Amino acid sequence: MQLYNLDHLRDLEAESIYIIRETAAQFERPALLFSGGKDSIVMSHMARKAFYPAKIPFPCVHIDTGHNFPETIEYRDMWMKEIGANLIVGHVQDSIDTGRVKEEKGPNASRNALQTVTLLDTIAANKFDACMGGARRDEEKARAKERIFSHRDEFGQWDPKNQRPELWMLLNGKKSVGENFRVFPISNWTEMDVWMYIVAENIPIPSIYFSHQREVIDRDGMMLATSDFIIPGPNEMPRKEIVRYRTVGDMTCTGAVFSTASTLQEVIDEISASRTTERGTRSDDKRSEAAMEDRKKAGYF
Amino acid sequence: MELLRFSTAGSVDDGKSTLIGRLLYDSKSIFQDQLDALEAYSNQKGYGVVDLALLTDGLRAEREQGITIDVAYRYFATPKRKFIIADTPGHIQYTRNMVTGSSNSNLSLILIDARNGIVEQTNRHSFIASLLNIAHLVVCVNKMDLVGYDENKFNEIVDGYKVLASKLDIKDVTFIPISALNGDNVVDRSTNMSWYNGPTLMYLLEHVHLSSDINHIDGRFPVQYVIRPKEDRYHDYRGYAGRVASGIFRVGDKVMVLPSGFTSTIKSIDSYDKTMEECFAPQSVTIVLNDDIDISRGDMIVRENNVPQSSQDLEMMMCWFGDTPMQPNGRYILRHTTKESKCVIKDIRYRIDVNTYHRNEEEKQIKMNDICRVHVRTQVPIFFDSYRKNRITGSVILIDEATNNTVAAGMIM
Ligand SMILES: Nc1nc2c(ncn2[C@@H]2O[C@H](COP(=O)(O)OP(=O)(O)O)[C@@H](O)[C@H]2O)c(=O)[nH]1
Repeated sequence: MQLYNLDHLRDLEAESIYIIRETAAQFERPALLFSGGKDSIVMSHMARKAFYPAKIPFPCVHIDTGHNFPETIEYRDMWMKEIGANLIVGHVQDSIDTGRVKEEKGPNASRNALQTVTLLDTIAANKFDACMGGARRDEEKARAKERIFSHRDEFGQWDPKNQRPELWMLLNGKKSVGENFRVFPISNWTEMDVWMYIVAENIPIPSIYFSHQREVIDRDGMMLATSDFIIPGPNEMPRKEIVRYRTVGDMTCTGAVFSTASTLQEVIDEISASRTTERGTRSDDKRSEAAMEDRKKAGYF
Repeated sequence: MELLRFSTAGSVDDGKSTLIGRLLYDSKSIFQDQLDALEAYSNQKGYGVVDLALLTDGLRAEREQGITIDVAYRYFATPKRKFIIADTPGHIQYTRNMVTGSSNSNLSLILIDARNGIVEQTNRHSFIASLLNIAHLVVCVNKMDLVGYDENKFNEIVDGYKVLASKLDIKDVTFIPISALNGDNVVDRSTNMSWYNGPTLMYLLEHVHLSSDINHIDGRFPVQYVIRPKEDRYHDYRGYAGRVASGIFRVGDKVMVLPSGFTSTIKSIDSYDKTMEECFAPQSVTIVLNDDIDISRGDMIVRENNVPQSSQDLEMMMCWFGDTPMQPNGRYILRHTTKESKCVIKDIRYRIDVNTYHRNEEEKQIKMNDICRVHVRTQVPIFFDSYRKNRITGSVILIDEATNNTVAAGMIM
């Protein structure tokens, strides 16, 4: 019966496609949250597979902090065209301009926390009732307990103590008016699975994942790229380094790593050998050990 | 590389977190920054040594109480297999979490503290593993270092467990003496127990036979979503998207669609980049038929010569999850594969004591964490197989119409 065994990547893919289809079937106005990172790329790739030959029956939503790597935005627009998806962009700048949020001040100012408000506003404006996110349970301790269909109350809040039991693959997306769901189709994938799948499926990814030369400074134990948003302080000496990124986040809080990995295989080899988790390169998680949990409670992805 | 999903269970302090921490640690699945964070936390709390158990303690509230209170998922891989652990807590009030964590598992790992032997919770965990029809059971007798690695002590527990298992429907059980703290027989063979000739835990996890766990006989395809492209070139395309629940479907196969009973043949099996000659569980595919039949979500495509049972009256074992007790004659929504039906609980046949396995036929009060046998009547016919034969077409959940909460899990007899 060897013939009828699924390889683990195909097993995970089948599960994810099932979840994406369930979301499309159970909700009236689903959406896919697209960050431009490899996880949401893989998720949107599977969304295309799930409904082929029809088009993806829901829009992709990008929350643009205005501090993205230009490469990410360029990739986003290319990829949306490639998969034939509708793109909706929520701008954090709009939230700032309308006074919905206050921008942080100082050298470590990050718009990451502000995203939550823009996201919730975008969800409300479009009346989305289920937003698919590319979070994985292996990323971080708080996420290890998240359900696949994760219920949010009418304030967008997650209550870790009161999660619906989730059995077999019987996903319960029932909700009252005003409530909505976060759905995590790639919950059971690890970072390595995502990379292996990108190779297996030959999926293009943003260039910042590969080794390149960039001007950086050291700050908070991270290498941050200099840009309009990261201005070197008096004691911070900009220098050129050969680096790449392990995650696609904001320029203000995503650290580069030294790397000469310029192909997917080299990236994978590097990760296999590496001893640091990918979230370890993002300062927003380091701020406090329970940071993720706090943000999720507040409605973050 | 295959994927093995397993769940862990044990009473508080049996060493479950330590064991999982060790599996992750010894398989090099713990990253340096995670270890750093752990060390910082351990120091701040004044533990002195790094506590591997902290790796698996997720939410802050739990950390403050120092106990695990929900199902948490862990991932690790060896060159041979990829593993997903559903880590479920052992307290009496959390049967529901164990049922939840076990529902997708191929294997259940039960921990026993060598000093205490079989305790009430061992009975409960074994019962749930049997109820959820988990194919493989591994009983780890932990803390062997605290009983001088004594062979007799181990054998005593094994014998006691065999008596317990004989009362349950348990297929495949392996016993391993370990010390999670020191690593004996977890990944590396213990030098302290030369009397033990069986596999180490990791060896077993890497080699246990999985392909026979899936039902490749009964063709069942619950329709999830109907695909109708809005483009001219696909004008007549009608694809039925779903995940094969069991069995194998091939192009040309004669199939029947339930509930209508109409028959047709499979024209093509589509996935994004290829059309396939055949599909099997648990693949997600799109099936196109040769005839124009009205099919929607909740219908089931089956092989014409092998159809599931159909009934509005279902006998099932049920685990209650709801905060409020089961309402006699209560109305709920029943979810079965992709189908929903209103239902009413007609009768509670008995409640089972998960510690003694005693059936109490007088008991009609079913509260959270209780397990009982019930008669459920549905508004529309359900197409099912017994849970023992088919985990997917044999399982249901009940949803409370007022709160939308999932209040029960059922396994059809
Ligand atoms: N001596 C010894 N102690 C152990 C062993 N496994 C776990 N422990 C200790 O038992 C206590 C409870 O372990 P923990 O993993 O937190 O138990 P859990 O409640 O089942 O998760 C801790 O102090 C562990 O260090 C073992 O094999 N030998």
